Amino acid sequence: MISVFQTSGFLILFPFVVALLVVLQKKDTRLRRVTVIGNGFLIMAAAVYTAVCTLMDGQEILFKPSSEAALSAAENTILVGEIFLLLVVTVLSIRYKKYYCILIGALGTCPILAMDFLGLMPEHETYLRLDPLAAVMYLIAGVVGPLICMYAVGYMSDYHHHHTDVQDRTNVFLALLFVFLGGMFGLITSDNLVWVFFFWEITSVCSFLLIGYTRSPEAVNNSFRALWMNLLGGVGFSAGILVLFWMDENHISSLSELNHVGIAGPVVMLSVTLFAFAALTKSAQFPFSRWLLGAMVAPTPSSALLHSATMVKIGVYMLIRLSPQFYGTFTGVMITVLGGFTFFAASLLAISQSDGKKVLAYSTISNLGLITACAGTGTTEGVWAAVMLMLFHAVSKSLLFQTVGDIENNMGSRDIEDMHGLVIKLPRLALIMMIGICGMFMAPFGMLVSKWAALKAFVDSQSVWLVLFLVFGSGSTLFYWAKWLGKICTVIHQSVNLEDETHGSELISMVPLTGLIVVMCFAFPLMSNTMVQPVLNTTFNKIVPNVIGGSDVIIMMIMVTMIFLVPLGSRFLSVGAKDKMTMSYVAGVNAGDDRHYIDSFGKSRSLYLANWYMEDYFGEKRLLMPCVGISAILVILMVLIVMGGVF
Amino acid sequence: MAVSIIIRVILYVLLAPVIGGLLEGLDRVISARMQGRQGPPIVQPFYDVYKLLNKQTIVVNSIQVLFIMAYLIFTVFTGALFFGGGDMLLVFFSLSMSEVMLVLAAYSVNGPYSAMGAQRELLQMMCYEPMMLLLAIGFYVAQGSFMVNDLIGATRPAVIALPGMFIGFAFVLIIKLRKSPFDLSTSHHAHQEMVKGLTTDISGRDMGLVELAEWYDTTLMMGIIGMFFVTANPVSYLFAILACAVVFFLITLVDNTHPRVKAMHMFGITWLVVLVCAGTNLLILNLIK
Repeated sequence: MISVFQTSGFLILFPFVVALLVVLQKKDTRLRRVTVIGNGFLIMAAAVYTAVCTLMDGQEILFKPSSEAALSAAENTILVGEIFLLLVVTVLSIRYKKYYCILIGALGTCPILAMDFLGLMPEHETYLRLDPLAAVMYLIAGVVGPLICMYAVGYMSDYHHHHTDVQDRTNVFLALLFVFLGGMFGLITSDNLVWVFFFWEITSVCSFLLIGYTRSPEAVNNSFRALWMNLLGGVGFSAGILVLFWMDENHISSLSELNHVGIAGPVVMLSVTLFAFAALTKSAQFPFSRWLLGAMVAPTPSSALLHSATMVKIGVYMLIRLSPQFYGTFTGVMITVLGGFTFFAASLLAISQSDGKKVLAYSTISNLGLITACAGTGTTEGVWAAVMLMLFHAVSKSLLFQTVGDIENNMGSRDIEDMHGLVIKLPRLALIMMIGICGMFMAPFGMLVSKWAALKAFVDSQSVWLVLFLVFGSGSTLFYWAKWLGKICTVIHQSVNLEDETHGSELISMVPLTGLIVVMCFAFPLMSNTMVQPVLNTTFNKIVPNVIGGSDVIIMMIMVTMIFLVPLGSRFLSVGAKDKMTMSYVAGVNAGDDRHYIDSFGKSRSLYLANWYMEDYFGEKRLLMPCVGISAILVILMVLIVMGGVF
Repeated sequence: MAVSIIIRVILYVLLAPVIGGLLEGLDRVISARMQGRQGPPIVQPFYDVYKLLNKQTIVVNSIQVLFIMAYLIFTVFTGALFFGGGDMLLVFFSLSMSEVMLVLAAYSVNGPYSAMGAQRELLQMMCYEPMMLLLAIGFYVAQGSFMVNDLIGATRPAVIALPGMFIGFAFVLIIKLRKSPFDLSTSHHAHQEMVKGLTTDISGRDMGLVELAEWYDTTLMMGIIGMFFVTANPVSYLFAILACAVVFFLITLVDNTHPRVKAMHMFGITWLVVLVCAGTNLLILNLIK
């Protein structure tokens, strides 16, 4: 029997080793592919093992590295690592003349470093922790994350085939993905706040490097935007640590102590607020959403990783950790309002986008807003919905990104307008995409079920404004997903099948994810019992009744079954097989392929059907800056008022 | 309990198309009288659908049929969920799923009128979706349950606590039943600039199925109107039926007196009405509690 301590230690360190192995193999050889895919599966196995053991145990376990020597080695590594990260930021900022990033980076890291060198750091009690929430995060990062790394192997070779202007640094790219995973496992497992901060900064810098991969001016610009926003979050985080060290008499130095503090005084509340502020930047809530929108310039695997398994999930993970402290507080209310607002605003903005990746980005922001709002309520139902949403979102979103990436490699475009008739052009990818999209918004798939729980949570906690944000946001969510779905489902006559060049390594990732979406539909009562309930039990120290139960579950099962039976049944019974086929009606003579008609001069004219984007109403030009402005004011207000409670 | 649910569901599946068809016939007669015409007999819709079902079906592609079948099945399912006493939120989620199926059927044909109708239908859904969800929440806050089974056993009619919701719902019902001024996606009247919109490329048996689904849908909507008045007291059902009659008549009246508005105009008005009526109602309800 291997202990979970060993596997979790392995999970933190091993991805860095893999990264090193990958970065040394510059050429796209079979060995590199095997390294990535094999080690990916190894990480996945270790993560699932750790998660299952922890969930079966159902307890919170605090532990530290096995020996004093290992502990001090870890402490020193983290110290050196922090300096290294700061150096990376400094060098790149100087090279690209973005000096403000150095300032922000130093502002976050230097106080922590100074304290460490001056020996002012209080003695730590705990360093690492495993509990059900960490286990759930292990599953998200450890299953979806490695799948994305494997997908990247095939994707990147296609990518460089199509983008000859970009220098091939695939080895660096793949290595960064693994570093990211290592950082992610470290962050989830760390309990000591300084350690959390270190891994927090790793992910910030990693995402910065990934976004800037192509080194085009746009990529550089966007990567620095991501960098400064995330470093600003880091500043908030380190400020939170300092407040706890110096101003609170309990000298809290770990997350678990923070959780067990009971009713928080104004000082603790200030640091909770600062951590929440950091979480808002990471999970790209308004006003910090623009970094995530810019992140799509990078190759798709990095987007998939940032959006689903890692980066943005860190923010909401942090909020869920803090959620018991939010209940009934001013900070909690502000976090819910910001989350609800982000959900609503981002879903409106998504309507106006025709770039597939951008719609996905807005949808991520919007869904994370919902999770943020749920965590902010600090109620058990809210946290239930938050964890569920996180799980479903990770799977659906990474699948959608991968599909869009593949479609782009196959058709040379990721614009939704060009996906017209995808079901004929690339049937396999279209089917995967349809399942992914349905997973995002339709009953009875997971996201909607969780949204339903969220709605109940908001009603029960009497947050009427939040309910309003949620119902109106749901309306626009339906609109932008359904019109995309419609575009894919369009059947064009006499259209040719494009050659589907999807790599084997990409299918290794996409097929299991598609399967997961379907399985998770059926398995969600099980997931609720075995994964989410333990989280609630340890977070709130009490047994929580099932949020959605009994007859509803049965009815939803019937619905899921029907969704899959209707297509099968109609094929089996060959419904409509004898119907006469014709062309669609174009108020004239259809020229025979649904894309041309004969005009009054007898000429054949082409016909093009576009979706509605309603730029004038929901466009970025009109909505984005006001949204950023409003939410920025809210964030500043939140921090100032909480500070006012202390000083 | 289980037996009574099954009986109610079976009754619904059998009777709903009859009620829906009669309501449509009634609508035609009333409309005709408002316009000073004699109008068709009240059972005319049944003749129409019977004829449609027996006509040759012409399809544009093979998946169109699939979506239409799914539309019908999910609409019937939604109604069964409601009349069987299920969860109101689930009813509305299932309802929007069935609507999406119809939209996909229109999208799949790749025709200009169908595509335009599909977009408009989606916009209409975006308009009424918030109201539907708010309605379920309103019932929950006022009466303490999402389950229709519990709601019909209430001690006082829900409309007393939810007048704003009632107005809001009656308003979006104009959109849901595709009546002027909000019949943007498709219409029963021959004054469309976009042929039959959503259903342009649907014909024969498929069109008959769509009509049938609409009847089920109308019955469900009337059931929800009734929910505002139903209590444990059997007499309340009379009031419920009366309320349905009044709302239905008013919608027909509006249909005949108001020209169609532009899409974004509809969007603005509806969200405003829903926010003001239903939102305020919910806010006040929460304060009183």
